[in-house]
Amino acid sequence: MTMLKTLAPYEVKSRDAVENYKGKQLLYVNWERHRMFSRPFVLALPPETLFSVIIDQYMTDCFSYHPDWKQIDWNTVVWQNGNTPFTPDRNKSLKENGIGHKDLIRFRTPGLDGIAGTGY
Amino acid sequence: MDMKVAKKLGLKERYSLMTRDLAWDTTYQPMDKVFPQTTYEGIKIHDWDKWEDPFRLTMDAYWKYQAEKERKLYAILDGFNQNNGHLSVTDARYINVLKLFLGSTPPLELMAARGFSMMGRQMNGAGPRVACQMQAVDEYRHFQTQIHSISNYNKYYNGMDEFAHQQSRMWYLSDGKSFFDDAITAGPFEFMVAIGFAFEYVLTNILFVPFISGAAYNGDMAAMTVGFSAQSDEARHMTLGLECIKFMLEQDPDNLPIVQRWIDKWTWRGTRKLASVGMMMDYMLPKRIMSFKEAWEMYVEENGGALFKDLARYGITIPKCFGQTIEEKEHVTHQSWIGFYMKPQATPFHTWIPTPDEMDWLSEKYPNTFDKYYRPVLEHLDAQEKAGNRFDNKTAPMNCQVCVSTMKFNEPGDPMEMCFRESIYQGEKFHTCSDHCKEIFDNEPEKYIQTFISSHQVLQGNCEPDGTDVNAADFKPGQNMLDYWKLDKRALGDFNGSEDQKNFAAWREQATKN
Repeated sequence: MTMLKTLAPYEVKSRDAVENYKGKQLLYVNWERHRMFSRPFVLALPPETLFSVIIDQYMTDCFSYHPDWKQIDWNTVVWQNGNTPFTPDRNKSLKENGIGHKDLIRFRTPGLDGIAGTGY
Repeated sequence: MDMKVAKKLGLKERYSLMTRDLAWDTTYQPMDKVFPQTTYEGIKIHDWDKWEDPFRLTMDAYWKYQAEKERKLYAILDGFNQNNGHLSVTDARYINVLKLFLGSTPPLELMAARGFSMMGRQMNGAGPRVACQMQAVDEYRHFQTQIHSISNYNKYYNGMDEFAHQQSRMWYLSDGKSFFDDAITAGPFEFMVAIGFAFEYVLTNILFVPFISGAAYNGDMAAMTVGFSAQSDEARHMTLGLECIKFMLEQDPDNLPIVQRWIDKWTWRGTRKLASVGMMMDYMLPKRIMSFKEAWEMYVEENGGALFKDLARYGITIPKCFGQTIEEKEHVTHQSWIGFYMKPQATPFHTWIPTPDEMDWLSEKYPNTFDKYYRPVLEHLDAQEKAGNRFDNKTAPMNCQVCVSTMKFNEPGDPMEMCFRESIYQGEKFHTCSDHCKEIFDNEPEKYIQTFISSHQVLQGNCEPDGTDVNAADFKPGQNMLDYWKLDKRALGDFNGSEDQKNFAAWREQATKN
């Protein structure tokens, strides 16, 4: 229940509603325990984008600067959509993987905890 | 016949004639229609005459005092500038403090001036209206003097000339802009709690440590004098904020829960805003004054703690976020600096890795956290830079929907984990950086679904330089960010190798050698 008080009727739209992205949706990606990248990054992509593109293109472009990137055993990676564990299929689209507008993909690489195990 | 000379007015009469006596009740329109803002927030005021003016300052005296301060200030600024004062600062890295300050602070002083002008119109008691009017003029003065003191540096160093253009566009300035936009779009009483109390009273000292003391420690007499010139105004502002809190609480017991919620909200919003200020203290001032952690302990935990003890008799409790701010004081400045360091192509100021002795200072000041979490990554990044592989994260950030900070803070109790919170409103997800920002969102979602998050706006095609055809077939959003931001290329990149670094060294050499 909102606590907002106004002098007149107040109807506003979300500035980031999915229709503002012309067929695309927002996606956030975070590599857990690798805080050298400071924060997750954001992309706007069509829901038909294959998940493999996220890994091979966008995640690789950003995260390969970290020495841990090459060490990742992709069979052991633990994925979450927000706080919910999930197993993405590389060859399926964002939509088919159940990834919606403004979802946050978090992935954990067990055994790899950043520079000198600091989480960075 | 003797001339009858009127007795000179006493201070009290003078004050009464020049303030409260100037007010009148409207007759063509009912008062509550002329002043609708003072009731809609739910605050109940029964007697405006109970408002105490701690300073009893009238406009004529105000102009006299301020003019005197201005004369002294500008004499010092002139002297500093004519003697090439910019070459007397500790080292050229210091100038980046001024660049960050120029973008983040004077525009907010201007917003404060606008806000207090609005309060001067919206409040229907003569006492607070006069006080707000004076504070509006003060804020405008601070806005101007800050810019004037830094303008001399703009003649010699890069990255300062477009601060006004960048204010509403740059990603890292969004937190401060959102802070004031939130306050100014609230009602008058919430604005007073937000700016007059939480910001001016609880948190303002932290802002002054890096800027005034930092300037003094690092040889910048211009910025230091501006700070001192503002200090006496600040004392008046703090008193006004506290008076407003006490007035609301004394007027009606129903006001307490509303005021408490605002104190909780604005103490937290102010704390988030200060993360980058703390970073100036720990990373950007070549000669350090004290650590952010020490400043937090002295000004917020001790002084703020005493203040809330005093307010306990009105039923006010310590802000909900207090515990979390105490835990975070050991982390936020390091997290902020890494966040800025990795974006060398996206700020009009330079960043760098601290020198080995500066890292030792950080180890000493942060014995629980620096070596354990932050030193290894800074040393790694240093080695990478020296090997010609400086960190440059080209991605766009995820931001908190409320404070608009990048999502860089850790989960309470676990510095290795990121903290994420999420709300669903009208079927859409909204992400926040903390329990406190989530609560602010959930209390008033209509307000925060409108937040301007620059990385999202870029992706919508709303951040393009003038003349871009966003309907062209080959249009890709965000390809021309430097032009959109009007970022001077010479101001980008690491401090090492920058034009500022070279020029400062050459000019200082000229000034001190044959």
